[in-house]
Amino acid sequence: MTTKILKATATGSAILPALFAVILGLGIVTLAGHVQASALHDAAHDVRHATGFPCH
Amino acid sequence: MFSRILTSALFAGAAAGLIAALLQFAFVQPVLLHAELYETGELVHFGAEAVSAHPDLPGIFADPMRDGLTLVFAMLTYTGYALVMVALMSMAERMGHEVNARSGLLWGMAGFIAFHFAPGLSLAPEVPGVAYSDITGRQIWWTATVAATGVAMWLIAFGGNLLAYGAAVVLLLAPHLVGAPEPDSFTGPVPTELGALFAARAFGVGMAAWVLLGCFAGYFWQTEGKRADAHA
Repeated sequence: MTTKILKATATGSAILPALFAVILGLGIVTLAGHVQASALHDAAHDVRHATGFPCH
Repeated sequence: MFSRILTSALFAGAAAGLIAALLQFAFVQPVLLHAELYETGELVHFGAEAVSAHPDLPGIFADPMRDGLTLVFAMLTYTGYALVMVALMSMAERMGHEVNARSGLLWGMAGFIAFHFAPGLSLAPEVPGVAYSDITGRQIWWTATVAATGVAMWLIAFGGNLLAYGAAVVLLLAPHLVGAPEPDSFTGPVPTELGALFAARAFGVGMAAWVLLGCFAGYFWQTEGKRADAHA
C-alpha cells in the first residue's frame, strides 16, 4: 500500500513539472509567434517570417 | 525536477536563439530586406526596364532597434521551443532512454520537422509581400500541423510497434492532404528568385538552429542532472 502511494507520488512529481514546462513553452511560442497585437507583431516581425509562422 | 528542466531549457534556448539570430542576420535578413524593396514598390519587377539583382541594402544593425528586437525574439522563441523539448526529454529519460548531447541532435531534427519544416511544407515561409489568406485560418492550420507532426515524431521515436508507425504516417500526411488555407489570388510583387531563396534560407537556418538546440538541450539536461546528483 505504502509502496503504491510512493510510486504514484513519484510519477506525479515527474509529470507535473514536465507538463508545466510544456505549457510555459507553448505560451512563449504563441506570444512570440502568433499574438497579433501590433506592438508584438512589429517587434517579432522578422523572426516570424524567418521561422515560418503565419505573420500577417 | 522543474528547476532542472527550466535551467537546461533557458541555457539551451538562449544559446540556440542567439545563433539562430546571427544566422538570420547573415543569411535571411538580406533577402528579407531586398524583398521589402519590392513589397513597398521601391523596386518593380517586370517593369519597363530590367532591375538589378544587387541593390544597395542596409548592412547588419543599420536599424539597431529592429535587429535588437529580432535578437530578443529569436532567443525568446527558441527558449519556448526548448522548454517543450526538455520537458519531453525528461519524460523520455524516465522511460529509460538516454538523453545527452549526441541523442539531442535527433531531438533537434525532430523538433525542426515538427515546428518548422512540416508547417512550412504546405504553408511556405512567407517572403514579405506574398499573397495570403485570413491569418486565423492559417494559425489554426499551423498549430494543428505542429501538434500532429510532433505526436508523429514521438511515435516514430518511442512507439516501437507497427500500429504506432502507422499512426505516425497518417499524422504526418493528414495536414498536407487536408491542405493549408490558400489565398484567393496571387498578388506577390517579389521576384520568384527572392521568394525561393527566402524559403530555402529560412529552412536552412531553422534546421541549423534546431539541431544545435537539441544538442545543447541534451548537454545541459545531462550536466544539470549531474549537478543535482552531486548536491543531493
